[in-house]
Amino acid sequence: MFRQVAHRILTRSTTTYSAGAAATIRRPYSTEVVADASSGDSAFVEAWKKVAPNIDPPKTPIQYMEPRPPTPSTLPSKLTVNFVLPYSAELSKAEVDMVIVPATTGQMGILPGHVPTIAELKPGLLSVHEGNDVKKYFISSGFAFVHSNSYADILAVEAIPLDRIDQAQVQKGLSEFTQKLNSASTDLDKAEAQIGVDVHSALNSALTG
Amino acid sequence: MAMAALRREGRRFAPLISSPNPINAIRSTLAPAEEQVGLGVRSISTQVVRNRMKSVRNIQKITKAMKMVAASKLRAIQVRAENSRGLWQPFTALLGDTPSVNVKKNVIVTISSDKGLCGGINSTSVKISRALHKINSGPDTECKYVILGEKGKAQLIRDSKKDIELILTELQKNFLNYTQVSVLADDILKNVEFDALRIVFNKFQSVVSFLPTTATVLSPEIVERESEAGGKIGDLDSYEIEGGETKSEVLQNLAEFQFSCVMFNAVLENACSEQGARMSAMDSSSRNAGDMLDRLTLTYNRTRQASITTELIEIISGASALEG
Repeated sequence: MFRQVAHRILTRSTTTYSAGAAATIRRPYSTEVVADASSGDSAFVEAWKKVAPNIDPPKTPIQYMEPRPPTPSTLPSKLTVNFVLPYSAELSKAEVDMVIVPATTGQMGILPGHVPTIAELKPGLLSVHEGNDVKKYFISSGFAFVHSNSYADILAVEAIPLDRIDQAQVQKGLSEFTQKLNSASTDLDKAEAQIGVDVHSALNSALTG
Repeated sequence: MAMAALRREGRRFAPLISSPNPINAIRSTLAPAEEQVGLGVRSISTQVVRNRMKSVRNIQKITKAMKMVAASKLRAIQVRAENSRGLWQPFTALLGDTPSVNVKKNVIVTISSDKGLCGGINSTSVKISRALHKINSGPDTECKYVILGEKGKAQLIRDSKKDIELILTELQKNFLNYTQVSVLADDILKNVEFDALRIVFNKFQSVVSFLPTTATVLSPEIVERESEAGGKIGDLDSYEIEGGETKSEVLQNLAEFQFSCVMFNAVLENACSEQGARMSAMDSSSRNAGDMLDRLTLTYNRTRQASITTELIEIISGASALEG
């Protein structure tokens, strides 16, 4: 009976989903949940079985991920970039030539074979170079990891393609926050105004530079 | 239709039966809610069964509507959950996954739903949390709970009241977004001391399958300790640190960012699982109501036919008594 119920629900859900266009768009990570049968951390599973033998141990995130390739012996020609935001995965395993990220210590270029790095990012311009194509985004802060196998993970909270930003609004915001900074009294207000000034001036320089 | 037939029969025999009995007989079948057993009762009442059928039919309608609502909510939130899946992967790729790490201060963050009627997912999460608590509480380690959601609170407050640090409810009142979750994560990080955070949630695999999962986030000191000890995070030292003044500051920011990212994905996945579980629970409920309605309809028809037969027998025996 449960198999029938499950089958009925599955067929019903596929009919409801095919009604929307969402089902036909292939989203990155949508088929990610592989949940391989090999139980992840054996020590954890052992400890679990001692305490709760009747319950299946919970899965852990590493079981849902495709394992990353090991460090190749020769220098790879392309950099594999994952550029992720909370709301979408902009680039997923995209093979590019170079990325330039706005680290807190300045613009940092990442090429294949870059030394493994953990970089904290500040609001600024991110550019992805693929052949003659350059895609530019303005990102809020985040992190960038470069691994030894020429995989780069860039995580940001917000990213906007440059052509969507309105110059006039940026100028207005900049003047507004500079004013707030001058008239700020408490530390918290000062910090908030300072952040606003930083972001807007970064936006400004990204648009002009 | 039965009533009309009865009335016709009654009228045919009325001239033969001068007593007001047939009128009483008709009136008693038309009258509502009579006792089924008792002296002087002429007919078996179908009203009781009819009332039950009406309420079961209403329940079926309600559960069907709830299923539709859950299906539409699921469609909306599934897109967002799948889009957020890329967010935790870089952290696991960098720091590995260490659920069996041995630390002094464990905090279990249990994510559950606010509303009920969603199948067994909240009980599963609570069972997993309790088992994790048992694994990690020893003579020199302690284990606390942070609970998100009313249902988890209701279950855990019964036996682990003293271990609960923080309870957060009504997450889904406003649209779930990253800002809200990062404020939540900030709250938890500020108020709770931890060496390792274990987030327990149900990962959405498909509409009928939800996998209970636990994700582990370590505090920066423990990350340092584990990287020195070698093992999974062993090669963290090989990574150059860019930005920030000191390595520990960057690692602190990293841990906080990791927590908010993993929480965001966990909360979305759990919300998806909740809607999916509610869909299947309401679906099986509608189906059960349908089955019950079929059985009640059979009982109703039997009762109705029995009462018609009784009436006919009375009338005919009355008529034949007068004749013969």
